[in-house]
Amino acid sequence: MLDVTHALELDLVRKTYGDPLHGHQALTGASFHVKDNEFFTLLGPSGSGKTTLLRLLAGFESTTSGEIRLYGKPIQSLVAEQRPVNTVFQQYSLFPHMTIAENVGFGLKMQGRPAREVAARVEEMLALVKMEAFRNRRPAQLSGGQQQRVALARALAPKPKVLLLDEPLSALDLKLRQAMRLELKQLQAKTGITFVFVTHDQEEALAMSDRIAVLADGVIQQVGGPREIYDRPANLFVADFIGDNNFLKVEVLSRQGATAMVRGAGIEAVQARDAAQGASQGTLMVRPEALHLSAGEGRVRFAEKARVLADIYLGNALTYVTALPDGTHLNIRDEDARRAAKPIAEGQTVEVWADAEAPMLFDGAGK
Amino acid sequence: MARNSHSRIIGQFPGFGKFTFLFFVYLYLPIIVVMVLSFNASPAATVWGGFSLEWYGKALANADLRTAAWNSIQIAVSAALLSTVLATFAANTLHRLTGRKDATLAQGVIMLPLVLPEIVMAVALLSFFSSLGVSLGKGNLIIAHTLLCLPFAFLPIRARLQGMDASLTEAAADLYARPFSRFRHVTLPMLMPGIVSGFMLAFVVSMDNFTVSLLVSQAGSTTLPVFIFGMLRVGVTPDVNAASTLIILASTALVVVSFLLAGRNPK
Repeated sequence: MLDVTHALELDLVRKTYGDPLHGHQALTGASFHVKDNEFFTLLGPSGSGKTTLLRLLAGFESTTSGEIRLYGKPIQSLVAEQRPVNTVFQQYSLFPHMTIAENVGFGLKMQGRPAREVAARVEEMLALVKMEAFRNRRPAQLSGGQQQRVALARALAPKPKVLLLDEPLSALDLKLRQAMRLELKQLQAKTGITFVFVTHDQEEALAMSDRIAVLADGVIQQVGGPREIYDRPANLFVADFIGDNNFLKVEVLSRQGATAMVRGAGIEAVQARDAAQGASQGTLMVRPEALHLSAGEGRVRFAEKARVLADIYLGNALTYVTALPDGTHLNIRDEDARRAAKPIAEGQTVEVWADAEAPMLFDGAGK
Repeated sequence: MARNSHSRIIGQFPGFGKFTFLFFVYLYLPIIVVMVLSFNASPAATVWGGFSLEWYGKALANADLRTAAWNSIQIAVSAALLSTVLATFAANTLHRLTGRKDATLAQGVIMLPLVLPEIVMAVALLSFFSSLGVSLGKGNLIIAHTLLCLPFAFLPIRARLQGMDASLTEAAADLYARPFSRFRHVTLPMLMPGIVSGFMLAFVVSMDNFTVSLLVSQAGSTTLPVFIFGMLRVGVTPDVNAASTLIILASTALVVVSFLLAGRNPK
């Protein structure tokens, strides 16, 4: 049985520019689904294929192969104007020769809705984004943040089944961007429309999304909730791309079930969750905030000796940069150490403890 | 005051004002002379004999001159309209096919009247019409002028298109506008300033054209420049000055109107 409750289903979607066999592969066999009424984010660095994927969903580009289903119906043969999805563009792309009200009503007008219905819906949308006072202005007379709201209202007005957002916050300044994050999330909850959001900003993705797909080099690296992606990255790329991390070269001493004992970089032996698929060498990942300078409940000893090289104080966090006996750097962001009255002096040797479940072993050499 | 400053704008260099004045005198003095002499009472075109509006009366009463002017206006409006419509479609299509070799070639062909010596075009058009036996009177001139005006109408529209954000038509498509609606509601209004200035340029080029008009025009379809040339063959008479002054006033009015129209557009 086909699960029609999913807003979007992608089956081995591939996009190649130029020659189908030797051309540039922008997207290689992407398969995932977006649930109904979900805030779903496509996260990746530039050139990862996330914008290509969005353009395939909107219908601005056609797939090379594979299938895209919208609420169970294949849509890859439909052109953009036939798809019940709307887009919020990166540069807003408001029509400069139309008023704000005409911009918001454009989609409904093109659908041939009666003028009275269009007018009512335009007012409703302008009220939703708090832009009623601007209905007769032109886009050039609005600030970036105001244009952003109008672009949202315009894309939401025809009640799309899925709303696509192409890095809509990247053109705003930091404060406004943070305010808009919350507003977007609330808007999604209020309208009940499925959002597919494209960004290269991992913080944005973690803050807003129900689920995230991480992309790199045209390949989906991992799909999961923000916590899952942060705490259990599927591979070294995801571990490196999302948040800060320490990476140590290690060799495997023994394996038992899902855990492995590893050694390396001057560390005698430490237990790690095993994601190395049987390799005898690999990369140990551990996040700075999972490392501590004192023992405690649920902590295991990570390194006997680490020399403090420097401290980086950011107000809400304090990070010690230390060196393990073989010279590998290890960053430690200990909450207790931040609260301590006196920072640890440069050159001093400390003992390092880790949250028991935190270290993870990956196959490969890392970066 | 600005003597000590390191960066001086060009207008502050000594003698700039005088030089500019001389430049404009050089440019406009002949035109001013023509305008002044059109009010000359003396029948000798170059000797001042007091103020008079006599020659305007003569020029306006000259039925042949009026016919030639009316011909010119009809031909210029038709040729400008035709070339602007063709140029709009050509610019849109070529813009969509940017980068393709045949599109570059097609654009080159459209631009050809700009670089070909006009006499070559005139001879070619003349033999084209006569070998095909096309004898449409003003129609022949409209066809010839449309061809001449095409690059002038094409260039401003093409420039406007190149400055247009491609995501605007994508946004229109995203909002359920079919190709024709996208053109009608988004592309066309955005191109309007380019289309208006293309039309104005084409109109002026057609009004002003002499070489092609002289060879292609048939009896009864004489245009104003050709007619004035004919008048000059019997010597410069003051009514030529009067007619010229009227043309200058009309062109100035046209430029002012197009300037006001362009200023009305947002952005």
